[in-house]
Parts: sequence; structure tokens; C-alpha cells
Amino acid sequence: MKTSAQEKIPFLRDPAKLAILYQFLTLAGVGLLSYYLVHNTLANLERQSISTGFDFLNREASFEIGETLFQYSAADSYGRALAIGFLNTLLVSFIGVILTVILGTLLGIARLSSNWLVAKLSAIYIEVFQDIPILLQLFFWYAFFYEILPSPRQAVSPFAGIFLCNRGLVFGVPFWHEAYKYVFAAFVVACVIVFFLKKWAAKRQAATGQIFPLVRVSLVLLLGLPLITWWLNGAPAAMNVPELSGFNFKGGVTVSPEFTALLLGLVLYTAAFVAEVVRAGIQSVTKGQTEAAMSIGLKQGQVLQLVILPQALRVIVPPLTSQMLNLTKNSSLAVAIGYPDFVSVAGTTINQTGQAIEGVALIMIVYLVFSLSTSAFMNWYNKKIALVER
Amino acid sequence: MRELKRVVPAVVAAFCLSAGVAMAGTLDDVKAKGFIQAGVNGELFGFGKPDEKGVWRGLDVDTARAVSAAVFGDADKVKYTPLTAKTRFTALQSGEVDVLTRNATQTLSRDTDLGLDFVQVNYYDGQGFLVPKKLGVKSAKELDGATVCVLPGTTTEQNVADYFRVNKMKMKPVVIESNAELAKAFFAGRCDSLTSDASQLAGIRAVAPAPADYIILPEIISKEPLAPAVRHGDNQWKDIVNYAVLAMIEAEELGITSKNIDEMMTSTDPRVQRFLGLTPGNGKALGLDEKWAYNIVKQVGNYGEVFERNVGVNTTLMIERGLNALWTNGGLMYSPPFK
Repeated sequence: MKTSAQEKIPFLRDPAKLAILYQFLTLAGVGLLSYYLVHNTLANLERQSISTGFDFLNREASFEIGETLFQYSAADSYGRALAIGFLNTLLVSFIGVILTVILGTLLGIARLSSNWLVAKLSAIYIEVFQDIPILLQLFFWYAFFYEILPSPRQAVSPFAGIFLCNRGLVFGVPFWHEAYKYVFAAFVVACVIVFFLKKWAAKRQAATGQIFPLVRVSLVLLLGLPLITWWLNGAPAAMNVPELSGFNFKGGVTVSPEFTALLLGLVLYTAAFVAEVVRAGIQSVTKGQTEAAMSIGLKQGQVLQLVILPQALRVIVPPLTSQMLNLTKNSSLAVAIGYPDFVSVAGTTINQTGQAIEGVALIMIVYLVFSLSTSAFMNWYNKKIALVER
Repeated sequence: MRELKRVVPAVVAAFCLSAGVAMAGTLDDVKAKGFIQAGVNGELFGFGKPDEKGVWRGLDVDTARAVSAAVFGDADKVKYTPLTAKTRFTALQSGEVDVLTRNATQTLSRDTDLGLDFVQVNYYDGQGFLVPKKLGVKSAKELDGATVCVLPGTTTEQNVADYFRVNKMKMKPVVIESNAELAKAFFAGRCDSLTSDASQLAGIRAVAPAPADYIILPEIISKEPLAPAVRHGDNQWKDIVNYAVLAMIEAEELGITSKNIDEMMTSTDPRVQRFLGLTPGNGKALGLDEKWAYNIVKQVGNYGEVFERNVGVNTTLMIERGLNALWTNGGLMYSPPFK
């Protein structure tokens, strides 16, 4: 007699096999749909005699870009122009995300403060900045810079070598010198030493219970080593100081009002959301945890660092990731206030070459890359800090 | 499961079938829906902008109205879609608008790569520079190192870069998407100069807090033949739009205005008779009513009237005819014979 395990199950009643079939059918459907869309688009473009392809990336861009992180002129290719735009988006998003996390955390903690005034001020800030559309905020900050600040010839100079005018913040930077190479190397060495010092200190504490003053020693190392290297190399101090010539400042570094307005708008807006995320995270840790930590004699800072934050971060990180992505995507509003981000440069490219589909595809790919890499990093971090159940 | 078996082939078949949808002629489409969808600027005074009562006004708007008068015998059967410099060509290509009358410069690559056809130029323009008087600049050649406000997505960005390269000067562009926001930044002193087509500069200066504080520099650094555009491949529609513009030019040359057109109906000049459809032929050739040209001039006016009403010396723009005068007056406006 046959056992039930040996009995042959008809194909259409085997859930495992059916699942595979369904997945295959779905995949085939998606494949067909994509093929249809691409094919149809290409056929339509062909019929309307619109040229396609990415050949234009090698053609001369023949337009200037206001802010560039590396050398660019109108004689360079569209590909290089788009790379400039890419870096500009990366720059504003990267600095923006860091500042947002710092400001948002401070605001979130402030909102939970036992000081009535601090808590209320933080609450008002969060409500106001959350409720006004980001585009309006950007227009406001941009108008603020160009309406309030004087022209270059009447620039305000709060400190020697620093000028503030409606062309931006202009300040002096040191001229390049061989010594800076060694200073940078010294900084890297200091970082490595701090890394191992931290491991050693943790090991020692686990073995003997003695606490090593890690923060203070690290700071001395990180600042001291590069400084000593700089001094040993003759302490070069020549500065590239901006000077008024013609219409504008020559020399030094200029931070444009467009960049500042965009950064400020994005950070102030997103920080309000991050503050609420941080507050939710902290409040998700029960009060008993704090009391228990204090009862075993931990200091105030240690309670936050060792007990509250590790648990709160589990709640904070996933929505924080989504806020970071929001900031990156909102940076495309730059086009409204004249910051040459990727969308702005791609827009000009589309208009000059007329290749809208390729241009929009590039924009989509770039933002997808930004978002996926941010997500990947945050997921890795989330795994790292996730509570390990013992 | 049985459901699935039946559905899948049907879906696949539907995909394969719908891949080849044909497009009917624009004239038939337009007649079927009863109006013309025109892509216009929306923000540019004198060319395409609603007035304070919400009525669309401008040279480009009147061009669209002329097409409507030719097709429907009624100049007001137009719906307007305001388009940015970036979206305008895509809107035309995708069929969102039937005709683009939005101060677009005709260039070789646009005529070929973009799948568009430009028709008769309705305004000959050129790119110039607007600067504050207090800057003390008399010529564009003195603009080395200047920060220049530029409207994106036009040939403007390229022209200004070319000009500075040719003259070995440096510039820093500030590119802002919206006309209004760009002008505000310029008036507040964000840029040393603002560059655009000379007609636009006049329009922007007209809305300045103190128009007298700004001058347009004498250099014109580019040729900007602004022309209406239609989709490539629809020859009948292209002919209609083309001859709607030419009819206004021809009417001016023949001395026909919206005021005297009814007296002109008794004219014995064979050119006038052919133009007004008294001697039939032109209408049939275009697939329109024989009174198409009459309707254009009667309801919209001849080119001179349209020019003076929207951008001429008696408007706030105060633009001279210049290149836009008839060829008989030293300009470039010239129409082939209407026969």
C-alpha cells in the first residue's frame, strides 16, 4: 500500500509548484509590459523623427555652470556638465543630511525638556516649519539673502578676510602647500590610533573595570597630531584672500546665496520632522529604564548613552532614513532658486539637445542611486544597532 | 485557474494590438473637439499673458487666434496652455497642444531632432543684456567677470556662453526657472546683468521698480527668429498655421486692416479679391473656408495692427518695428503671393 507521501500530487494542486508558476507568470508579465513600453516609445520616437540614444553625452555642452566643484567650462562635454550637477546635488544633500540630524536631534530632545520655555520654543519651531511648504521656505530664504545683503562694493566684513554680500559669503583660504599633504596624513594616522585606542579601552574596562578618558585623549590626538605636523613643516600661513576687482571678488572661496538658501531651507524644514522622530524614539523607552539605570549608579550622560539611545535608535532609524531620502529628493527644488543641481543641469541639457526621455531617465537613475545607497547604509546601521536579544 | 488561463492570452494580445495606434490629422482633431489648444508663454507681457481681467493678450496669443479664425471663422475658439521653456516642445510632441506659439527660436536642431516644424517667423528678435545704469557699463564687452542672470532651457544659456568665450571673458550664470523670480533676483542686485531676447528685456524692464534705472546694452549677440511650431509630418496643419501668419503680413502689405476690410470687399484689385476669397481657390487649397483670410484680418487684424497693439511704441514695451517692419519698409516681413 502506498503512503501518502509517495502519492503523486497533481501539479495544479501542489501549492509549492503553483507558487513558482505564479511568480514566473508575474515576471513574464512585467517583462512583457516593459518590452511593450520601450518598444512602443522607440517606435513612436522613430515615427516623429526624434533622435534617441546617449551620444549627446560626448557633445560639447556650450553652456556655463555657476558653481562647480571641479574645473568646467562651456567647451566641456554634456557628460562632464552632468557630473558637475551630480556633485552639486551630492554636496548639498550630504551636508544637509548631517546638519539635519544634528539639529533635529537637538530639537527633539529640547521638546522633551523639563524647562517649559525650551520645550515650548521647540514645539513652536517644529509646528511652524513642518506646516509651511518647502518651496515657499526656499523662496523666502533666497529672497532674504538677495534683498537684505548689500552689493559686493558695499560688502559687510565682520572679520578681516570675510565678506558678506548678495553674491554670497566670500572668505580667504590658505594657498596650497606641500605641508598640507602631511597634515592630512597625520589626521588619518590619528583616526587609526583612536580606533584601536577605543578597542583597547573597552577591553581593559571589561577586564579591570577601569575607565579610560577616551574622549579627551581622542580630541588631543585628532587636533594635536595634524597641528604638530603643520608646525614641523614650517607652518605655512599664506592666505588666498578675496579682493574686490571689477564687479566681484577675486580669489578666496565663495559660498553662493543659492547654495546657502537651499541648504538652510532643506535643513530647517527636514529637521522639524526629524525632531518628531527623535521625540517618538525617546518616548518609546519606558521611564522604568531610566530609573533602573540611575539606581545602579550610572551618570546622566551614561544613562542616555548606554540605556536610552540604544533602545530609542531602533525606533528612530527607519523613519530617519525616510527623512534623509526626503531631503535628498527635495534638493531638486534647487532649480527654483538657481542652484545648479543635477535636475537643473539635466534640464538645460534636455532643452539644448531635445532628448527628454534620456534626460529624465538619467535624473531617475541618479535619484535612485542616491536613495538606494542611503537606504543601504542606514539598513546596515540599523542592523548594527538593533537590540541583540540574549 | 481557469480564469487565469483565459485572461493571460487576452492581455498579451491586447498589448500587441495597441502597439500601433495611428494619429489622425491635427485639422480633423481640432475640428472634432471644437477648439485649438495653443501652447503659450503665460508670463511674458506683450507675447502671451492674461491681462488683469483674465483675457489672454499678446503677439503669440494673436497668432493662435488667427489660426482659430482661419479654421473656425471665430478667433476665440482657443484654449491656452502656459508652458515653461523646458516643457514647451514636449507638450507639442506629445499632442498636449496643437500649435506652439510661445516665442520659440527656430534653430536647425530643433527643426530636425525634435520632430517639429517651424512656420513663418512672427517676430525677429535677438539676445541682449539689461544692466543697471549705476553699474556704469556702456557695452557688453565690459562685462568680464560679471554674474549674469539667465532664464534656463532656452538658447539664451548657450548664446551668452558663446559670446563670453568668443570675447575671452569670464562669466558666472545664475539660472532660475521662473521669469518672475529671475527678474526679482536681478532687480535686488543678485546679478550684474540679465540676458534674454531683447523683446523680453523690454518686458522685464517695464515691470522694474524704477524702469529708468536700467538700460539695454547696444550689442545684440544672437539671431532669434521666433516662430510658431507644429508637429513634424502633418503638412496640411503646417500649411494652415504658416499661412495664418503670412495672411496677417500680406494684409498689411495690401493695406487691409480690421477697420477697412469691409470697404475692401468692393476693391477691384485682383490681389485683394484673391486674398479675401472673392476669387475662390486659396481656401480650398488649404482645406478651409474661402473667407479664412477675411476672418483673420477682421477679427485679429493685420500684422502691423497686432504688433502695435501688443508690443509697439505706444505700449509699455515701446518696441520699434525694426526688423519686424514690412520688407517694403526695410524690414524682414515678407509674404509669398496669395495665389
